Amino acid sequence: MQTESVTTVNHPSPSSSPTREVKPSLVPAVANEGLWSYVWKQFKRNPVALSGLYVVFILLLMALLADFLANDKPYYLQYRGNTYFPVFRSYLVGAGLAQWPAELVNVDFKRLEGAKAVFPPIPYRPSDIDLSAPYETPSTAHWLGTDKLGRDVMAGMIHGSRISLSIGFVAVGIAVIIGVIFGALAGYFGAWVDLVISRIFEIELAIPTFFLLITVAALLPPSIFLTMAIIGATSWVGIARFTRNEFLKIRNLDYVTAAIALGVSNRKVMFQHILPNALAPVIVSVVLGIAGAILVESSLSFLGIGVPAELVTWGSILHEASSATFAWWLAVFPGAAIFITVLAYYLVGEGLREVLDPRLRGLR
Amino acid sequence: MGAKGRPAIRAASGEELSRAVLAYAMQRLLLLIPTFIGVSLIAFLIMRLAPGDPAELRAAGGLGGAGGAGISLQKRGVLDQALAQWRAQYGLDRPLHVQYVLWLKNLFALDFGQSFKDNQSVWNKIRERLPVTIKLNLLSILLVYSIAIPLGIYSATHPNSFGDKTTTLAAFILFAVPVVWAATMAIVFICGGDFLYLFPPGGLSSIDYSSDWPLWERVEDQAWHLFLPVVLLSYDGFAGLSRYMRASMLEVLGQDYVQVARAKGLPERVVILKHVLRNSLIPLVTILASILPGIVGGSVIIETIFSIPGLGQLGYESVLARDYPTVMALFTVSAVLTLIGILISDLLLSVVDPRIAFGRRGQ
Repeated sequence: MQTESVTTVNHPSPSSSPTREVKPSLVPAVANEGLWSYVWKQFKRNPVALSGLYVVFILLLMALLADFLANDKPYYLQYRGNTYFPVFRSYLVGAGLAQWPAELVNVDFKRLEGAKAVFPPIPYRPSDIDLSAPYETPSTAHWLGTDKLGRDVMAGMIHGSRISLSIGFVAVGIAVIIGVIFGALAGYFGAWVDLVISRIFEIELAIPTFFLLITVAALLPPSIFLTMAIIGATSWVGIARFTRNEFLKIRNLDYVTAAIALGVSNRKVMFQHILPNALAPVIVSVVLGIAGAILVESSLSFLGIGVPAELVTWGSILHEASSATFAWWLAVFPGAAIFITVLAYYLVGEGLREVLDPRLRGLR
Repeated sequence: MGAKGRPAIRAASGEELSRAVLAYAMQRLLLLIPTFIGVSLIAFLIMRLAPGDPAELRAAGGLGGAGGAGISLQKRGVLDQALAQWRAQYGLDRPLHVQYVLWLKNLFALDFGQSFKDNQSVWNKIRERLPVTIKLNLLSILLVYSIAIPLGIYSATHPNSFGDKTTTLAAFILFAVPVVWAATMAIVFICGGDFLYLFPPGGLSSIDYSSDWPLWERVEDQAWHLFLPVVLLSYDGFAGLSRYMRASMLEVLGQDYVQVARAKGLPERVVILKHVLRNSLIPLVTILASILPGIVGGSVIIETIFSIPGLGQLGYESVLARDYPTVMALFTVSAVLTLIGILISDLLLSVVDPRIAFGRRGQ
């Protein structure tokens, strides 16, 4: 109710104070309103950040629906008097619940004689090699062209979003777990624990992170999961620092002293009482961290390190352009995809930062 | 009262200040020791715990990659003998902690061992390529600071103006542009592919470059080759730094003494350039320290794409060739460079802002 009066300032009632019309308070004004609904309300007012959020959602949808957007199997197939839904069936087959009928094992669905089929908008998988059509310029057949092996770039981009996003999320998830635990320990116990953990921060700061990353990734066998783990293990310090600083502040509040006095265990005080109040600045670094992890992954797969060679990622398509400089489409589209994704996460992160921490504006 | 309260207020004498800074420097230096041990331990463990026996790998490098697998039993015996000898020579048969101490000892003598790839001394390899990377990064840091500081000043003195909003947006967008993309786009569109030929696609100088050329031509050729790599190495830096400059300047602008300076009737130019700028530059010193760790890592992509023979390219090639001694050496060298950078910026900071040297001494 109260917040609505802010938006209807055109009809000032005698009771509404003039100050509220000028600027909404930065402090959550309504007592019964939770932090997160306040954050959402403030966030919604920022059209730039909101558009970033929309882009993030669209990208998530694209990653989730990749099989339905770009697939060499049709949605619907009528063949030899039978009706199939091959895209859906491939999920069942993958789960071991069904099997391909004999006439559809290892067939090219586009060349089935006398079949009626409805294909997805991009009727290719990123791994479909067509050596008769290398380096095709963008056309109606291949919206974004093809690469050296005749693989459809659009299909590669759509399925590549899965790799980018999953690496971003899992890597940051790992970083959050490590960072929050170390930061909480350092901030809560202080003294020598803090001293030791602060040295670890300093070591991490002095380590050439990207070089460490390519070293470890190149020494170990290429795998997406390893790449996620390595990126996570090298990017937790920022989160740990934020957590530590918040814990240092909150630790001295009366309610924490009260909890300790009541005999609540350290673990419960740390993770049940302090952590929920320390999350706000951590959230911002998490969102920015996803963008960072996506950037790092694209650099790694550009260098051909970490992600298996046969996997098509945004970075690997981009890499092909550096050796085939005439194929401009291989440079423009995947790079733009990385750029838009990273920008969208930055915008969301920055919008959150403005809501959660109005003092800290700017990029870092 | 007055006599007792005074020492806290009066400015510290030069001697007191230098003593405080010295004490602070010692404290920082001591704190760097555990950090250095941690970093070197990580470098050491990565190499030792990585799959593959260093002796076998070295032999494989010497045998042109054939390893021990493809040779006859008799030769295998000879090889094993040689490997054992080599292990003993380099202390690889001793326990891990002894090896670490040995490695550290060699480190201080700048002996990083020999490259598995071509048996050259690793230190020589690094020394050869170090100037290139340093040149690239110095130019980049200069460019970053010379663009970011004026931009930041402009944004802070015209907050929320059209110009400020534009630079904020531009900085934001630049920050999100992946370096790999910018570099690839440059190679495809303006480096003599099917489109424009404005800049060379790689290298440090033209093929026919010779030291007989007149000075101007030599400088021009170098500048033409370095322009793109330096810009690509810098652009996200000046996006971040100009935002940082803006924030730091806005903070100083809000302080009382700035208002006093204005109230005295000083011209705005003097207020900004003399009173505000100096104090808002302080945090920029610390930023320098955070740029340094990225030097080798950040150069990897740019040096690889533009085939520039610097440390980044050496690092990438050695990583791919599993040339452990070189990788370890590069890792340690860039970590040490970073530690030195952190130390220098800490000291600069305590000289610029003596409160730090005095304030932290009690900790």
